[in-house]
Amino acid sequence: MREMLRIGAGAGFSGDRLEPAALLAERGAVRYLVLECLGERTVALAQLRKRRDPTRGYDPLLERRVELLLPLLKRNGVRLVTNMGAANPIAAADAIIAIAQAQKTPIRVAIVTGDDVLTKIAPDERTLETQTPIAKYGELVSANAYLGAEALLPALQTGADIIITGRVADPSLFLAPMAHEHGWPLDDFDRLARGTSIGHLLECAGQLCGGYFAEPGRKDVPDMAHLGFPYADVDADGHASLSKVEGTGGCITLATAKEQLLYEVIDPFGYVTPDVVANFSTVTLRESGPNRIEVRGATGKERPQKLKVSVGYFAGYIGEGEISYGGVNALARARLAGEIVRKRLGAGFPDMRVDLIGSTSLHGRSFDASEQPYEIRLRVAARAPTPERAMLIGEEVEALYTNGPAGGGGTRKYVQEQIGIVSTLIERAQVSTKVTLREWSSDAQAA
Amino acid sequence: MRKLHELAHCRAGDKGDTSILSLIAYRAEDFPLLTERVTADAVKKHLQGIVLGEIKRYELPGLGALQFVCERSLSGGVTTSLGQDAHGKSLSYALLEMNV
Repeated sequence: MREMLRIGAGAGFSGDRLEPAALLAERGAVRYLVLECLGERTVALAQLRKRRDPTRGYDPLLERRVELLLPLLKRNGVRLVTNMGAANPIAAADAIIAIAQAQKTPIRVAIVTGDDVLTKIAPDERTLETQTPIAKYGELVSANAYLGAEALLPALQTGADIIITGRVADPSLFLAPMAHEHGWPLDDFDRLARGTSIGHLLECAGQLCGGYFAEPGRKDVPDMAHLGFPYADVDADGHASLSKVEGTGGCITLATAKEQLLYEVIDPFGYVTPDVVANFSTVTLRESGPNRIEVRGATGKERPQKLKVSVGYFAGYIGEGEISYGGVNALARARLAGEIVRKRLGAGFPDMRVDLIGSTSLHGRSFDASEQPYEIRLRVAARAPTPERAMLIGEEVEALYTNGPAGGGGTRKYVQEQIGIVSTLIERAQVSTKVTLREWSSDAQAA
Repeated sequence: MRKLHELAHCRAGDKGDTSILSLIAYRAEDFPLLTERVTADAVKKHLQGIVLGEIKRYELPGLGALQFVCERSLSGGVTTSLGQDAHGKSLSYALLEMNV
């Protein structure tokens, strides 16, 4: 039997919990730990931070995660692969070096850049969503191409302890160590598809282990407070066995694996990544033990010619105000409050939304006509071109205290800058990736 | 008449203004019934006012699952929607309200 490669998923989004990754590094016997921390909008927000301060623009939790993990990674020989570099992977590597220095831990960090294509995209290029030229969206904040496993391979070959990058397709973060360790050629599309299916199952971390799955009485998940994160044992052909650290909470079952396999997949017969077009419809899942699922069978076709680019743009501001009503006729009083705000402000805010939280705010309707909720929270939201105008929404909701229906309480007001995201494509030839090394060792320090 | 909630579980995902609803039968023997009753048209009717665009359905008998790809479902998209649940994450349970 050929050697198994164990890869753990230590974060599924930027704000994910810190402890499960430490457990994987400490007791998971993983050779690679992958932290996936970039959502659709995260890079654009990071770009804004970088503009304000050129030493920032990487993941806000990077320091806390690395301080916690570094001793465990070094002790157990675990390599870290992460997109926490966000809009500034170089500055992220410098921050990691500073932590290593403080902990007196020798370290080598490989940085993969090249995803930032803001200066390369043509303004007349059209978006995939609406076919509108990008120039129409006004001032752009960011444009990042989704890199594939190919961009990470040279970094893995340096032997670095940590590989840090910005925008890379989520499953590619996992596929890269598989291709590197098992020596998969980048035109072996069936193996790449299998690796991609495993990467996709792992990329949301806790979601494979019963996170975002539980419903009391129907889909019970044990000990969710101590939810463990998953790992995969991947063989040389790309067949894998998924499990989690012994003693952690949550569960890995056929049901949790099916939900995650299909999660956010626009076409299960053709899941497009920079590495491959993967067919997940042929995947078979088998429960081979408690919290253990065998995955095999994804098939692949040639990778796409162009890369997807995520473009961030300034989309103005949203102002919000909230107030609660309870008891008899709460719904009627909340409705009246909403009508009052609409009459007072509506003319100046054509794009206004009034929600009755506790009744119809999520889906615009209720599927149960009989309900008479005990309490309702009114929420008014509107778009505005400036923060000052956006603030008027919350102010008017707050004024319902003395100028609205009886019994309103607990007002809150918010103003938020909006960054919109659209997508476009770019030729591969226009995207050139690069690996930069940073290292620190006590010897170098002494010399 | 039973609610879909008794027969299947569901998770919602998003890409731009598109909501992706994965409907998975608890028991393999219920999958043919889901395939027959929970058509793209039936879902479009059930989610009227929520899904404004086209619904495409993929059948995955190997997983006992149906994948619904619903266009124009997130008030313009995750990043600029005025709604609270801009990702439409809670739409999974709106689908499970459907009677079959």
